[in-house]
Amino acid sequence: MRKQKVRFLIYPCIEVNTLRFTIKNNILTPFLIEKPQESRPISSFEAIPQPPLNETYSFNKKLQQFLHGKQLLLDDLPFPIEEIHEHYENGYILYRKGMTKEKNKSTCARCGNEDRALFVCFPCARCDEEHCTYCRKCLMMGRVSACTPLVSWSGPVQTQSDNQRPLKWNGTLSPGQQLASDRVKQAVTDNTELLVWAVCGAGKTEVLFEGINTALAAGKRVCIATPRIDVVLELGPRLKAVFPEIPVAVLFGGSEDRHLQAPLTIATIHQLLRFYKAFDTVILDEVDAFPYTADDSLQYAVRQSRKPVSSMIYLTATPNQKWQKDCHNGKREYVTIPARYHRHPLPVPAFKWCGNWEKALKKDQLPSAVTQWIKKRLETQKQCLLFFPNIDKMDKVLPILRKLEPKIESVHAEDPDRKSKVQKMRDKEVPMLITTTILERGVTFPNVDVAILGAEDRIFTESALVQIAGRVGRSAQFPSGNITFFHYGKTESMVKARRQILKMNEEAKKKGLIAY
Amino acid sequence: MLIKCLICHQEISPVVTWSSLWSKPEENDLCKKCSEKLNFIEGEACEKCSRPFSGLDPRYRTGNLCHDCTRWNEDPEWGSSLERNQSLFLYDDFLKEAIARYKFRGDYILARAFSPFIKSKLQTLDFDLLVPIPLSSERLYERGFNQSAALIREAGFTAAEMLKRTHAEKQSKKARNERIHLQQVFQRIADHDAENKKIILIDDIYTTGSTLYHAAKILKEAGAASVCSLTIAR
Ligand SMILES: [Zn+2]
Ligand SMILES: [Zn+2]
Ligand SMILES: [Zn+2]
Ligand SMILES: [Zn+2]
Repeated sequence: MRKQKVRFLIYPCIEVNTLRFTIKNNILTPFLIEKPQESRPISSFEAIPQPPLNETYSFNKKLQQFLHGKQLLLDDLPFPIEEIHEHYENGYILYRKGMTKEKNKSTCARCGNEDRALFVCFPCARCDEEHCTYCRKCLMMGRVSACTPLVSWSGPVQTQSDNQRPLKWNGTLSPGQQLASDRVKQAVTDNTELLVWAVCGAGKTEVLFEGINTALAAGKRVCIATPRIDVVLELGPRLKAVFPEIPVAVLFGGSEDRHLQAPLTIATIHQLLRFYKAFDTVILDEVDAFPYTADDSLQYAVRQSRKPVSSMIYLTATPNQKWQKDCHNGKREYVTIPARYHRHPLPVPAFKWCGNWEKALKKDQLPSAVTQWIKKRLETQKQCLLFFPNIDKMDKVLPILRKLEPKIESVHAEDPDRKSKVQKMRDKEVPMLITTTILERGVTFPNVDVAILGAEDRIFTESALVQIAGRVGRSAQFPSGNITFFHYGKTESMVKARRQILKMNEEAKKKGLIAY
Repeated sequence: MLIKCLICHQEISPVVTWSSLWSKPEENDLCKKCSEKLNFIEGEACEKCSRPFSGLDPRYRTGNLCHDCTRWNEDPEWGSSLERNQSLFLYDDFLKEAIARYKFRGDYILARAFSPFIKSKLQTLDFDLLVPIPLSSERLYERGFNQSAALIREAGFTAAEMLKRTHAEKQSKKARNERIHLQQVFQRIADHDAENKKIILIDDIYTTGSTLYHAAKILKEAGAASVCSLTIAR
C-alpha cells in the first residue's frame, strides 16, 4: 500500500476537535470544538432534515462542480466546513448518515455492507463516543463511521450540450454489431435496461459508440464501469480517441482523475462507491467477471450511482445461468451478437478423456494424449496456451514440459513477471504459456491453440470455459484454431459451454452473420 | 461463528499452535499465513534498541550496541533518558502495509492483531504505568484514535495519558542531530504522578528513536524511576 496521497483535511481555518450535531428548528448543526449535552453523532438521529432550496442563494460553483453526483466524506472536500454547511442550510447540500441502524442491523450507507463481521465498534475520538462503529468493507475509500456524514450535492446541476455529434469514428459495424448498436441506442433514449450478449471477439466496444453519442448529445452523463482494471485502462484511450472533444474521466484505485467530473466516465466498479445518483446511462462491461458477481457492495455501488431515471446496459460474453434463463423466459431485455466481427464461426471445444491425470502427475508424468497435443504444436511451431485448475498442478507440470522445450513459461495471478511473460508470448519468444484462469479473459493472442488440463475441475464454470475457448481464432488473419478440454470425467459445465458455443454458431448462421 | 483473519480476511483454521517462544501468544485473530509473515526479532540484536545485528554492516556495531545507540549514549543530556527499547517484529513490507492500514486508513481493529503479542511481552516485564505516545489534535481527529493508546487498551491495560503534543508531528527529513535538538515535542499532563514510577512507553514503530527519547526525557524529569519502551516494529 502506498502511503496515503494528498488528502484534504477539513479546512484548517478553525480547529476541529470533534464532530457532533444537534437538530433544532429542523436544521442540523455541527459542533466542531465544544460538545453541548444535547449533541450527538449524526447516525443516531432518526432522520436528517433537508432545508428547502433557497433559489436566491449564490452558491459556490466550484463546490457544485466538485460534488454533484458524488457522495463524499468531509475529509474528501477541499472546502471549509462552514461553507459546506451554509450550502446545506440553503438546500444545496444533502447530508446522509454514514451508517444506518435498524433493529440492531447496521448498514453502511456508502457500500451497503451489512455483514456484522465487517463492522468494528471502537472508542472514537471524533464523536467522543465509547461505541462508534466503522465499516471495514469500504475502508480503503476513506473510513465511513457512524459519526461521518456522507455529503452530496442537492442543488441544481447544469446540463447542456452544444455538441450534436461528439462521436468521431468512421469505422463500420458488422450486421450483428449494427443490430445490437441500434438496440443500445434505443435503450439509452428510453431509459431502459438491456443485456448485450456478445460472443468473445464480437467487437462489443464499437457497439456502444452510437448509444454513448446519443446520450452525450442529449447532455446526459455516461459511465462505463467494469470489474477489471485492465479493461478500464484499455477502454480509456479508445473512447478518448472516438470522442475527442468530450472530457473523459478514467477512474481506478490511485488514478489521477479522482476529482475530475466529466460527461463520460470510465471506472472500475469499485470507484462507483463515490458516486450518488450521478449517471443517466451506466454501461456495465463484463458483468459476469469477478469480483462483481461475488461482491454485493459492488452491485449496491452500481445502483447508487444511477439516477432514478436512467438506462442500464450490461455487456457480457458469458451471462450466468440465471440471466440466460431470464433471457429465454422473456424476463430480461437482451440482444445477442452471435458472430465474431470477422464472420468466422466460433471454434468448438473438443473433449478428450485423459484418465487420472493427477495420479500421473504424482509420478511426474503427463497423460500421453496431452503430451501428443503439445508435441504437435511445438513441432509445427503453433503457439499454444495450456490452462490448469490451480498453481500447484501447474508448477508440477512446468519441469516436465521444459524437458520437451526449455522456453516454455508459466504465469499466474500473483506472478510479478506476469506482464513481461505475456509480452514474450506476444513477441513469439515463448512457444507455449501455461497458466491458471487469470488469462481466461482480456488477453488475446492472434494465433494460438488452447487446451485445458483438468477441465472437470469446479473452477472451470460454464462461463470460464466459454471464455477460455474464446481465446482461439481471434484475428481475421487466423480465424480458427484448436480448443481441447482434457478431462477425467465430463462435467455439466463442459457440456453447457459447448452447447452455448454451438448455439451461437447456429444462430449466427441462421441470421446470415457467418460468411465462411 | 467463523473467525476471519484480521489482516487478510481468510477464514481461520483453528489448528494454530504456537511454539513456546517468549512472546508468541496461545491464540490470536490472525491466520497461519499472516502469523508466519510476522517476522519476530530474534537472535543477536542491539541490547538497547533491539536492532537486529544480522544483516547490519559490522561498522555500525560497537560491542552489544548499534551505532545509533552508541551515539545516544554519548550524549549526557539524552543518553540515560530512555533505558531500553524492545520491539516485537521487523518492520518489513508485510508489517509496513499492516501498520499503514492501521494508522493511515484508521483500521482500529488491527490493534487486536498485535495486542496479544504486546500482552504476552508485557507479562514478562516489570512496570507501573503504560504511557502511549500522544498525537496532535488534528491527527487524532483525522484518525479517530491514538494508535499507541489503542494497543494498550486492546491488550487489556489502561493507558496513562501523561503526555501531549506541543507541535505538529511532521517527521521532517532533517538530519537526526537537528531533529534531536528541536524544542520540546511533548508536554506533560499533570493528571498522573510519574514520581518513582517504572514506565513503559508504547508506540507502533521505533525508527530513529527520537520520539521515544523525547517522551522519556520529560518523564524522567518528572521523576520517573525508569523509562523503557515497547514497539510493534523496528
Ligand atoms: Zn465516531
Ligand atoms: Zn462501507
Ligand atoms: Zn491472514
Ligand atoms: Zn541500538
